[in-house]
Amino acid sequence: MSVLAAAATAPSFAFVIGDHLPILQVIVPLLGAVLCALTRRGSFAFAIAALVSWSLLGVAIMLLWQVLGAAAPITYYIGGWAPPWGIEYRVDALNAFILVLVAGVGAITIPFAYRTVGKEIDEDKQSWFYALFLLCLSGLMGMAVTGDAFNIFVFMEVSSLSAYALIAMGSDRRALLAAYQYLIMGTIGATFYVIGIGLLYVVTGTLNLADLATRIGPAFGTAPQPILAALAFIVVGISLKLALFPLHLWLPNAYAFAPTFVTTFLAATATKVAVYILLRLYFTVFGGAISLSDLPIAEVLLMLSIAAMFIASILAVYEDSVERMLAYSSVAQIGCITLGMAIATRAGLTGSIVHLLNHAVMKATLFMAIGAVVYRVGTSCMSELAGIGRKMPLTMGLFVVAGLSIIGVPGTAGFISKWQLGIGAVDAGLWPLVFVLVGSSLIAVIYIGKVVEVAYFREPGDNLADARDPPASMLIPMALLGAATIYFGLDTTWSAQIADTAAQILIGGLK
Amino acid sequence: MMLLDLPPELLIKLALVIPIVGAAAIALFGRFPNLREAATLTTAASLLLVVASLTPHVMSGARPEAVDFTIVRGLTIAFKVEPLGMLFALVASSLWLVNSIYSIGYMRANNEPRQTVFYICFAVAIASAIGIAFSRNLFTLFLFYETLTLSTYPLVTHKGDDNARRGGRIYLLLLLTTSMLLLLPAIIGTYAIAGTLDFTPGGILAGKIYGPVVIGLLALYVFGIGKAAVMPVHFWLPNAMVAPTPVSAFLHAVAVVKAGVFSILKIVVYIFGPDFLLGSGAADPFIYIAGGTVILASLMAMTKDNLKARLAYSTISQLSYIVLGALIATKWALMGSGLHIAMHAAGKITLFFCAGAIYTAARKTKVSELSGLGRVMPFTFAAFTIGALSIIGLPPLGGLWSKWLLAQGAMDANHYAIVAIFMISSLLNIAYLLPIPIKAFFGKLPDAASASGGSGGTSSSASLGAAAVRDNTATNPPAVKIKEAPLACLIAIGITSLACILLFFFPQPLYELLAQAPFEFGNDP
Amino acid sequence: MQALQSLADNYNYFITIFLMVSGLYIVIARGNMIKKLIGLAMFQSSVYLLYLSPGKIVGGTAPVLDPAFTVYSNPLPHVLMLTAIVVGVATLALGLALTVRIYEAYGTVNEDQIFARDNKK
Repeated sequence: MSVLAAAATAPSFAFVIGDHLPILQVIVPLLGAVLCALTRRGSFAFAIAALVSWSLLGVAIMLLWQVLGAAAPITYYIGGWAPPWGIEYRVDALNAFILVLVAGVGAITIPFAYRTVGKEIDEDKQSWFYALFLLCLSGLMGMAVTGDAFNIFVFMEVSSLSAYALIAMGSDRRALLAAYQYLIMGTIGATFYVIGIGLLYVVTGTLNLADLATRIGPAFGTAPQPILAALAFIVVGISLKLALFPLHLWLPNAYAFAPTFVTTFLAATATKVAVYILLRLYFTVFGGAISLSDLPIAEVLLMLSIAAMFIASILAVYEDSVERMLAYSSVAQIGCITLGMAIATRAGLTGSIVHLLNHAVMKATLFMAIGAVVYRVGTSCMSELAGIGRKMPLTMGLFVVAGLSIIGVPGTAGFISKWQLGIGAVDAGLWPLVFVLVGSSLIAVIYIGKVVEVAYFREPGDNLADARDPPASMLIPMALLGAATIYFGLDTTWSAQIADTAAQILIGGLK
Repeated sequence: MMLLDLPPELLIKLALVIPIVGAAAIALFGRFPNLREAATLTTAASLLLVVASLTPHVMSGARPEAVDFTIVRGLTIAFKVEPLGMLFALVASSLWLVNSIYSIGYMRANNEPRQTVFYICFAVAIASAIGIAFSRNLFTLFLFYETLTLSTYPLVTHKGDDNARRGGRIYLLLLLTTSMLLLLPAIIGTYAIAGTLDFTPGGILAGKIYGPVVIGLLALYVFGIGKAAVMPVHFWLPNAMVAPTPVSAFLHAVAVVKAGVFSILKIVVYIFGPDFLLGSGAADPFIYIAGGTVILASLMAMTKDNLKARLAYSTISQLSYIVLGALIATKWALMGSGLHIAMHAAGKITLFFCAGAIYTAARKTKVSELSGLGRVMPFTFAAFTIGALSIIGLPPLGGLWSKWLLAQGAMDANHYAIVAIFMISSLLNIAYLLPIPIKAFFGKLPDAASASGGSGGTSSSASLGAAAVRDNTATNPPAVKIKEAPLACLIAIGITSLACILLFFFPQPLYELLAQAPFEFGNDP
Repeated sequence: MQALQSLADNYNYFITIFLMVSGLYIVIARGNMIKKLIGLAMFQSSVYLLYLSPGKIVGGTAPVLDPAFTVYSNPLPHVLMLTAIVVGVATLALGLALTVRIYEAYGTVNEDQIFARDNKK
């Protein structure tokens, strides 16, 4: 953008905040994290984290607004250094959408943290908790906003390292083990990614994504092997991060034993950003240069997605802990998202991208609802939650609403995703996938139905004697996202239509 | 009745909103049973008024539309009233009013728990039924089809015991499974083939698909609409009978199942187009499956001793009449099919009301226990006889007309086997329905019941009915003294059995309404 | 002979691959959590070599413009690896810290024993 370049080079001090939105996405939470770490009171740190999250959402929305109004992607050069030497932040409809998603989930769920963190985390560790949360947020935003392949790795590690520490703060000792396993798997994934990037750098001499997209093509003609190896390393590495079946083993324990707020936040954002990175590299960088249809990646992805949708769903049915059940459900839903990638038509990709949002919204609602149950009752084991629906009517009501969305009942967000994916499959001539899609959501009927039966058709036991709906600070975020699952099922101006624009960008880059 | 002179667009919106507002009012007055019941009745009455006010518009050829809200490309929520939908809405809203009167008597007399939730779910279910009736495209229909399933699930499991939970599980799983696994792919496929989901006179698929694809798609629709209960996706219906009787009476004899057959009828008329379907011959296998359902379900009904189960199988059989008519797709068959929605509704709701009245007054659920009960509850069993005769299709009752038209339609299409099936089925109806009142009137009363029931037995007066209400609500004793059911129940039974008779003498308005539907386009084979 | 020649010419890459694979093997095969972390560190270190080998030109100097030099090494990989080293150290530190906490909670750092103790509970 010429305006931005001018602003960076001209000696004028006319500082226009609108020109610096991309960097603010990263700087604001980063500074917030430092502030949090300096405070010694949990409630101060919470106030900072809340302020940062809310202002971050404002910034993200402004950025999305700019992007939708602009003809070309918004670019921002860090320190005024032009690419390919400097790091470039590059925002188009796709990552602006992801930025709003991450910031939105952060901003809406942060009030939920106040009570749960107060209960689950020791007072002297609370400020560290919020500092880590903001670091994680900053890393996720950075991954989404940057246009530099190595910068993605750095932010990936920023978010992952803070996520490991956050998970380890869970009250059960198994949280430590879950964090350790996640650390091992996550680091392997990130290292695979960085190996792939290194190979690309060796053959192309650049790390800028846009630059890579143009240079891989000629390089592929002379030396195809390193590029294919790079593709393999990158796809496998990021698949570990996004918990693609069968690389999902770290996820159920990490989600089940982390503090409830962390589970909610990570379930809604971390895997989604990883999916975004995969979409970006696969379609924009590699797809623009080499003919991906010659490679069996789509077929492999398709098979793994289908396996995820069924096997993980069936595993969810047999879980007694609702949190683990939802975690397996996440793995299955990620399968839906990668299914759209494998289909790789405009409608299919729209389905994938819109499901990033829809799944984030509904899974956050579910995790918050069950988090509220844990807050009151102390467990999420189904065997001890008989009759909880009568004791916590609002909480479980929202659980049911979001559960219907997971099933994909029309009128909810989940249906929109399914419809788009189904249309995409038919467009691509993959008819049977329609039945695969609806088949997997039927398994969701079973596991959601199990919770509903336990919650509503059993008499409450003694352990639920003083269970009641949680305080407003927990209920309001839940209700907001619960309402959003319905809203995005009826009005898709802000979900499917933007996703469609984003899908066109990705498809447009395909060779 | 005074009709509302409002623009039709507003009337459509009102029809959709009134039950929801009603549900909110019911929730608000939950603590005050009298106010709550007043809210239910007011809502039902005003809904009927609004729907009735729409009728003249449709009769005069208008096809009012309301709301046009696009969610994403291809998915639009929109409403349009055409003759078939008008008929279904009329049936649903008028019988809801009757059923509400009945429910009040039944629920109070049986001291059912959680009545507020019951009435709320009921109102939401009605809103869904109206949504189905007025839908302008397949997506809107599907949306309300699913809300209807979900809102009736709490009603089926109302009792909350293991049996109810089991029935509810089968109900939900079967209906959701069929609709998601078959109906949704069918809709996606239809959109992919035709590029639209709008209900269009003459259909949207003609000339776009051929041969096996037509059969495949039709299969997805026929079995995907599980609510139509064509075998083998019928078994949710007997299981749903664990619900309180007003639910069985209204939802599982009128709203839910009729929503199913109505959907099939609408898809045949407006998606496939009768001419296309008739020309393609794709419906033949399903005609015989539906025909088989008619006979098999009747045979199974004969083996059932539980009164409600017998009625449930009878419903399955009768639903397949409507499906048959839709699939035969000649003009008269479609007319008969549409008419049978109304005729069967009036007859079957009467029968269920009577079954509920017998349970309320005598705690009897089995056919074998009804011996001699007719002399104690003459009014109820007289009504039962009327309802049964209407289902069988004997004059002077409404059921005759629809069966007549259906048979004529089958004849037109040279489906003589189907005509035979209709006849055999009528005989089977006689065999499983008529013995019930005969036994009740002429059988021997068991000793205990005759001793106590003898005194007040012959009386069916209103004051006694009211006394029964007081008795039961006060102490809820095991009904030793058998009297007629509560007054509210009897009023409802009276209205519906009267309707069966009136529909025989005055079928003309319904007939004229249906004659406006685009059932043929001149190029009859 | 030719194969041996290419082995000798590209010995740095073979060292990289050896480190990479053995590091990964240790992570997978060892039950001791500290050994796993050592393997992970080896695995990450191999990446440093992967980046640095092609960036360094033998006889080249740091890219400070000076008439006395004509051959410069590419500085970018070095800079990137500085970052990667920081990341690697942080990961290792966090991993070790977690291991210490796990040892406090379970009394062992052997994965099999930990799983056994959790299942008993």
